[in-house]
Amino acid sequence: MLKIKEFAADFGWPRIIIFFFLITLFIVAPFVGVSISMSLSDTLNRFGQNAILVLALVPMVQAGCGLNFGLPVGIIAGLLGATIAMQIGLTGWFGFFGAVAICLPIAAVFGWLYGQLLNKVKGEEMTIAMYVGFSLVTFFSILWLLLPYSSPAMVWGYTGKGLRTTITLDNFWGHILNNFLAVRIGENFVFPTGMILFALFCAFLVYLFFRTKTGTAMTAVGSNPDFARAGGVSSDKMRTISVMLSTMLGAVGILVYQQSFGFIQMYQAPLFMAFPAVAALLIGGASVNKASMINVIVGTFLFQGILTMTPSVINSVLQTDMSEVIRIVLSNGMILYALTRKTKVTK
Amino acid sequence: MVFRARDLRRSIQGQRRRTVRRPPDLSKKVGTMPKETPLLSLKGISKDFYGNSVLEDVTFDVGPGKIVGLVGENGAGKTTLMRILFGMPVIAETGGYGGSIELGGKPVKFKSPFDALDAGIGMVHQEFSLIPGFTTTENIVLNREPMKGNFACEVFGDRMSVLDRTAMRDSATKAIDRLGVKLDPETLVSEMPVGHKQFTEIAREINRENVRLLVLDEPTAVLTETEAEILLQALRRLAAQGISIIFISHRLHEVASVADTIVVLRDGRVVKDTPGPGTSVRDIASWMVGRSVETKRPDLATRSFKGEALKVERLWVDMPGEAVRDVSFTVREGEIFGIGGLAGQGKLGIPNGIMGLYAGGGSVQLHGKPVPLNDPRGALSMGMSFVSEDRRGVGLLLDETLEWNIGFTAMQIHGQYLKSYLGGLLKLRDENGLRKLAQEYIEQLSIKCTGPKQFAKELSGGNQQKICLAKAFALKPNLLFVSEPTRGIDVGAKELVLQSLRHYNRDFGTTIVMVSSELEELRSICDRVAIVDEGRIAGILPPDADIAEFGLLMAGAVKEEAARA
Repeated sequence: MLKIKEFAADFGWPRIIIFFFLITLFIVAPFVGVSISMSLSDTLNRFGQNAILVLALVPMVQAGCGLNFGLPVGIIAGLLGATIAMQIGLTGWFGFFGAVAICLPIAAVFGWLYGQLLNKVKGEEMTIAMYVGFSLVTFFSILWLLLPYSSPAMVWGYTGKGLRTTITLDNFWGHILNNFLAVRIGENFVFPTGMILFALFCAFLVYLFFRTKTGTAMTAVGSNPDFARAGGVSSDKMRTISVMLSTMLGAVGILVYQQSFGFIQMYQAPLFMAFPAVAALLIGGASVNKASMINVIVGTFLFQGILTMTPSVINSVLQTDMSEVIRIVLSNGMILYALTRKTKVTK
Repeated sequence: MVFRARDLRRSIQGQRRRTVRRPPDLSKKVGTMPKETPLLSLKGISKDFYGNSVLEDVTFDVGPGKIVGLVGENGAGKTTLMRILFGMPVIAETGGYGGSIELGGKPVKFKSPFDALDAGIGMVHQEFSLIPGFTTTENIVLNREPMKGNFACEVFGDRMSVLDRTAMRDSATKAIDRLGVKLDPETLVSEMPVGHKQFTEIAREINRENVRLLVLDEPTAVLTETEAEILLQALRRLAAQGISIIFISHRLHEVASVADTIVVLRDGRVVKDTPGPGTSVRDIASWMVGRSVETKRPDLATRSFKGEALKVERLWVDMPGEAVRDVSFTVREGEIFGIGGLAGQGKLGIPNGIMGLYAGGGSVQLHGKPVPLNDPRGALSMGMSFVSEDRRGVGLLLDETLEWNIGFTAMQIHGQYLKSYLGGLLKLRDENGLRKLAQEYIEQLSIKCTGPKQFAKELSGGNQQKICLAKAFALKPNLLFVSEPTRGIDVGAKELVLQSLRHYNRDFGTTIVMVSSELEELRSICDRVAIVDEGRIAGILPPDADIAEFGLLMAGAVKEEAARA
């Protein structure tokens, strides 16, 4: 009994409650006519789609820069990577990894600039970050129209220039990770092996990074910047590195998301990517100054699980089609809940 | 005649209202104000914080129109005593106090500072509590402004009355004149020199009509010598007008020159209560710091040092509250060098400046090589390490494990406790090495904890301090700065910390520079002790020098005496 209690305290009651709620949804699902195998497949799919975006928040949290509401900065870099790769006609594996290779340096530069800004507004990172995201997304909405893209797969058909709001990846690298070593069981269930492996691989890299000297220094900066400074670590430098890492992971994250989704969403779409990621991380048990790989994996799974299951179950119960409304209410509700749950470090 | 603070306050408010509309019948109560001059007497005041006694049987009187100089080292209990007198809530929250306070012959017990104010006690704090954007006048009469009625009052009541600027200015000018200083009533506080701010603050207190006792906590600390002299004259004037004054200062010559009675507090007891005139600064100094036990240092004779370890020349450090102005000293190889002095004089600024934590300038050389200033990493790489006085703020990663706390700096500076993988391409934390290191120091310093994986925040103050020491030792420094190593830890832990410093010095020949406010501690462990006063080294003494010498250096009296001679 004591062990159970200890485990509960360690894991956190909010997570346990959400977990049991999710289980309940799965149990109820067949009785209201929702297919479990399809739901499970959906949950896994969404988990793989979002995991790297959630992971992208970790470096900044660890370095004490707070939750990266400026994730759109990384996403924009990812979009640039994807569209440039398409423009020069890369397809298949070349397409995907080409896009990764193109977006990383762009993300690094964006991240460096964004990091310089955040170093000037210590203590207010989260608010500033949100507005950095807003401004950059809006600015790039203009650029998407003006940049000289010409690939017929991407531009508006009637003018021959300017990117479309959604671009299909069907003939490029759509589902390429999902289909890699995918295991199909029964009619509805597909295990997206490639994507899950890729996400876990990224998580492993980040885990390794936080065991290096720089990673240790970064964690110390997040934990107590004065301690780190007295230990000869430049907190500004560590913070900049963390922002660059976050941005680069964000760029890769959106590429993985797109290949699974099958489309690239341009213009305003990146705006709405940061909040679910933040909510997932917080639900996973991370605080504003501490986050681990367990938080990422547990949080993404729970958040995406609830998000997949609740609308379909409720829809079936109410016999209406308002899944989109329910999804929005639910995801924002979860974000709200998660933000009120955020814990701070000892000072 | 029973004196009641509440009645008095009402009567004052009544007076104010009278200018606005016909007053309620309170005027008779004004007449009940005691006419005879008040007198404060403290009888057997004692106070402990959670069993830790800070005041014991403090008894002294303040005569009407007399100036009492209250002196004592940091932590002697002066502040606590004044808090009791003022009825600060913190006293009641921590269990109240023993003994009794009599004001004008009647026992009083203030529940809040407002009661004390109403009873006619004024307090001038060390830090200014003025509103920068307000003028002298506005600050002086703040919340006691004379009001002027207008037609709106007839309809809406008192709330619509406006400030009577002319009356305000008259009231302020009266207070300033009473003080006998020159102050422009229309200057903004933010544009005044510090001296004037201090005067404004005092004028505000004496502007209260009933004030009869004024407490000044270190009023001259921020003043120049001429300003301080003017202030002392003003105090004499006030005393002549019948206001009693309790004057707290570390500048002993001021106390000696102005006080009618001098009360010396040491370790929470009154050790001396003597008439002021005829008392020398030297006497006060030795009463202030003197412990009955003389420190014996038989080991001093056997200590010999060769060569210079650290040479500091014209160092200045911009550390808020602990500014270092111009400090030069030399530390010999293998020595334990002590730096003492009162709080706020700059002793803490010295190690913080040399280690690059606060902006500074000047020249610092370690074994003849220049130490880069404003660069913590540079200072650490030269083989120096630092145990900060701010244990929880700078010294520890409270949310991390002990192994991290101990090994972090060694890892960052010397690249230790890292393991190579893939032919040196990837270097990861060596968890085993870190654990061994932590285990080693946990045993060596007998740190009480559940193991290397415990979080630093869960340890007690003494054990946290040992972790800070372990962190510094883990760097294998050739010069170790230790700042306030025994602050806020219990007696047993104190002795252990000092012991481990002594052993470290003897076993490894490490030069140690130790900064502490506790003179006894410095005298018991150091080979030489420098005393810092007003950002400068006032003098360097052997640890077995006469206690009065230390006291004099601390009180900044040396310059004074030299100037007079």
